[in-house]
Amino acid sequence: MKPTKTENPEYFHHVIDCQYACPAHTQVPEYIRLITEGRYDDAYMVNWISNVFPGILGRICDRPCEPACRRGRVEKEPVAICRLKRVAADYKESIKARLPVAPAAKNGRRIALIGGGPASLTVARDLLPLGYQVDLFDNQSAAGGFIRTQVPSFRLPKEVLDEEVNQILDMGVTCHFDHYVGSMKKMLGQGYDAIFVGTGAPRGRDLADLPGRREGDPFIHIGIDWLAAVLYRHVHRIGTRVLVIGGGNTAMDCCRTARRLGGEKVKVVVRSPRAEMKASPWEIEDALHEDIPIHDQLSPLEFVIKDGRLAGMLFERVEGRVDDQGRRRLLPTGEAPVFLPCDEVLLAVGQQNAFPWIERDIGIAFGRNGLPVLDEITHQSTLPRVFFGGDAAFGPKNVITAVAQGHRAAISIHLLCEGRDLHQRPHPRVNLTGQKMGYHDWIYDSHVTDDERQIVPTVEKVKSLKDRLLEVELGFDRDRGQLESRRCLNCDVQTIFIAQTCIECDACTDICPVTCINFIAGGDEDDLRRRLQIPADNREQTLYVSPVLPTGRVMVKDENVCLHCGLCAERCPTASWEMSKFTYHEAQAEDV
Amino acid sequence: MTFVRPSFRHPSQPTNALGYTRKDYEGAISTLCAGCGHDSISNAIIQACFEIPLEPHKVVKMSGIGCSSKTPAYYLGRSHGFNSVHGRMPSIATGANMANRDLVYLGVSGDGDTASIGMGQFIHVLRRDLNLTYVVMNNGCYGLTKGQDSATADRGSKSKKGIPNPFESIDLCEMAIQLGAGFVARGFSGDKQQLVPLLKAALLHQGIALIDVISPCVTFNNTSGSTKSYQYVRDHIEATGTFDFIPLRQEIVVEYDEGATQAVTMHDGSVITLHKSVSGIDVTSRRHALDLLEAEREQGRLLTGILFLDPESEDTHAILKTSLTPLNQLSREDLCPGAAALDEVNGHFR
Repeated sequence: MKPTKTENPEYFHHVIDCQYACPAHTQVPEYIRLITEGRYDDAYMVNWISNVFPGILGRICDRPCEPACRRGRVEKEPVAICRLKRVAADYKESIKARLPVAPAAKNGRRIALIGGGPASLTVARDLLPLGYQVDLFDNQSAAGGFIRTQVPSFRLPKEVLDEEVNQILDMGVTCHFDHYVGSMKKMLGQGYDAIFVGTGAPRGRDLADLPGRREGDPFIHIGIDWLAAVLYRHVHRIGTRVLVIGGGNTAMDCCRTARRLGGEKVKVVVRSPRAEMKASPWEIEDALHEDIPIHDQLSPLEFVIKDGRLAGMLFERVEGRVDDQGRRRLLPTGEAPVFLPCDEVLLAVGQQNAFPWIERDIGIAFGRNGLPVLDEITHQSTLPRVFFGGDAAFGPKNVITAVAQGHRAAISIHLLCEGRDLHQRPHPRVNLTGQKMGYHDWIYDSHVTDDERQIVPTVEKVKSLKDRLLEVELGFDRDRGQLESRRCLNCDVQTIFIAQTCIECDACTDICPVTCINFIAGGDEDDLRRRLQIPADNREQTLYVSPVLPTGRVMVKDENVCLHCGLCAERCPTASWEMSKFTYHEAQAEDV
Repeated sequence: MTFVRPSFRHPSQPTNALGYTRKDYEGAISTLCAGCGHDSISNAIIQACFEIPLEPHKVVKMSGIGCSSKTPAYYLGRSHGFNSVHGRMPSIATGANMANRDLVYLGVSGDGDTASIGMGQFIHVLRRDLNLTYVVMNNGCYGLTKGQDSATADRGSKSKKGIPNPFESIDLCEMAIQLGAGFVARGFSGDKQQLVPLLKAALLHQGIALIDVISPCVTFNNTSGSTKSYQYVRDHIEATGTFDFIPLRQEIVVEYDEGATQAVTMHDGSVITLHKSVSGIDVTSRRHALDLLEAEREQGRLLTGILFLDPESEDTHAILKTSLTPLNQLSREDLCPGAAALDEVNGHFR
């Protein structure tokens, strides 16, 4: 295996598991340290720069960072990264003055954003400070898109949403609300330099072919439409017995909202086995906590109508089996159908993209799946000045992905307007800062605490089920937030090995608590992984390999469970280990 | 300074046949200088005890005074221990060993603690062949008192002060062979691949087992003129050979070529197979071993590995024919068998 090229910024970036896993590459350890120091404003801004909606994401993010967190591999549970983001948002004082300002003198370019969700708002935030004029069109009466209409207020209060959406709108977006864009052709005729489509995946899937669907229609609702109707107060109540069909996060939002609108016996029914449900584990937990049972491996057969009213639904039991082609599928077990009585049904069986308003003869090509044909890096469609982002681009994902795509599209739009090659992407801004203060003192808090993950306190169930506007989670208080923030292992503080000065005394190998440093004969990667003191079985994690040392051996460090405690550097007599903080700032439009 | 080592260990750290992990053999975090060879030896001891495996509560760690003698704090935190007076580790170990022969005794000493103040104790514990693993952490200087030359510093070697040592040095291994030790070896703190098996074999040897471990003092004696620096040792090291240590209870599966290997069956039935790198070596011959040490020294080389092995050696208890039951477990009735027994003993002398 060749010596590791740490000059490539992606190497150390990969070591920061949480940041690497975050689609927007938020500098997680950095803001967590700022929380430890009580610098909530700074922590908020570190977030805001990357993910634009810290307060919102601190509540509803899908948290790809947490399963990636190194702490989860060393201890039982990862750092509560998402809830710490909320801590930064909750306790910040005033950050207004630190937000970028759109210059008075515009650059003469006009951009249209269709759809006012997180992707579009991110594009607006990135381009406004560069002097762009930004027009936003949305068919709702306020911006936010999916996070406004479909995420219930008991998870995301309106004030939090308004604050962070308005931070962007106030930078000078020209908003056209209650404005349905019916024709892309017309939009193209309005002389915009670029058009960004961030219309999400607005159509909830139906079970139109199921017997009884038409007769039962007044009692059967599409989940996302029903959630929007609840938000706009078109719907105030639901029947006592409710079935929610589907196993994703929308199903969880539907069932919990139903509990707050009079649903006393709310059940979730899902085709897949419980363990394979798409919903985040914590959202499933919250639903269970609100006395909502989950019936799995049941596939809908029929809506049963009696005397013109919905009486219940029939399901057939299915199980996962391997079919003739060797694919694992959910197949009927052959047992008698199961009848579940109910008054109303909410369907949360997936969402689809829909672009009825984009004419098919104007040069925007669509693929077979109904999605636009896009360049994966630039988000450019086959019509050069039209870009797609968020759920509208590659199908339904999550908010943080939409934000990341917004950043990427903004870079592309800026490059296009500057007349440059869209594939010449700006590089990330990176830096290495030595952490040594004294003989055994570090700038960062190198101590590894044994504390376990803090639990987020919640409002009493009796209270929260009465009021759909009452936020269930109370968030960490300052003390608990800091207990949690100290659990972070500071994975951005990198261990840098300097082979030239190493005397191979083994001090680092001996002190390393997790046995990740080895001095062994070189070899190819598989061979090295096998021969380490503790074999490096986690192949998603890299090996850090030095050039050949005087004894003919190489230093091999398995990054997998390194605690970043700095003991190797403390015990090194020749300072051949350095602890340096690596900052990786993903490029945005301003870096073009 | 970080005085706390994180409590987390690698999630897939192995367990040994007794069900212990390596962590169960660890001690407190070291306060020695960063890069001290002694820390490496401490870790080799942890590794050896883990691998054998020994039960931590059946090990006794003994030491005298000096940097070396601080190290028992850094390994085997769940074992018995006694940090004795300067140079007096062998007497305390003898007493403990006499009281309870069932434990494994591991004495750690330095070149000052052994070759200067403790020399009188050292030679007699060798003569008596106490069942003790005697590890000398040999750095050729008095590190705890700012690095004066010790009695094992080679003539002409320069420590940090820069003045060549005018006196002849003591070779502890040669002395041990002359005085009848049954297991004599030399190791280097920077070579755990050799040191760990040496320690394993020594800990299971019945009788005294001396391992002289060259252990560079990074603060006072790791200079370019020193013969006990990492660099010098690496440049001049010569091993008698690599070897396999096969404990009793384990089947010997590999067959070796007679000419290049030498198999020695130890007291308890364990087998040490030496893969010779020095031709003609016979590790069971005292004269041979002494010749070889002198010959290598003439060449300016430092011979390491197993130097001498006497599989027939008898430890103090065997020599003195003491009770097989540890003395501290004998009851009042055993020790005072009564007037009738006394009469019988006296009868033998009539």
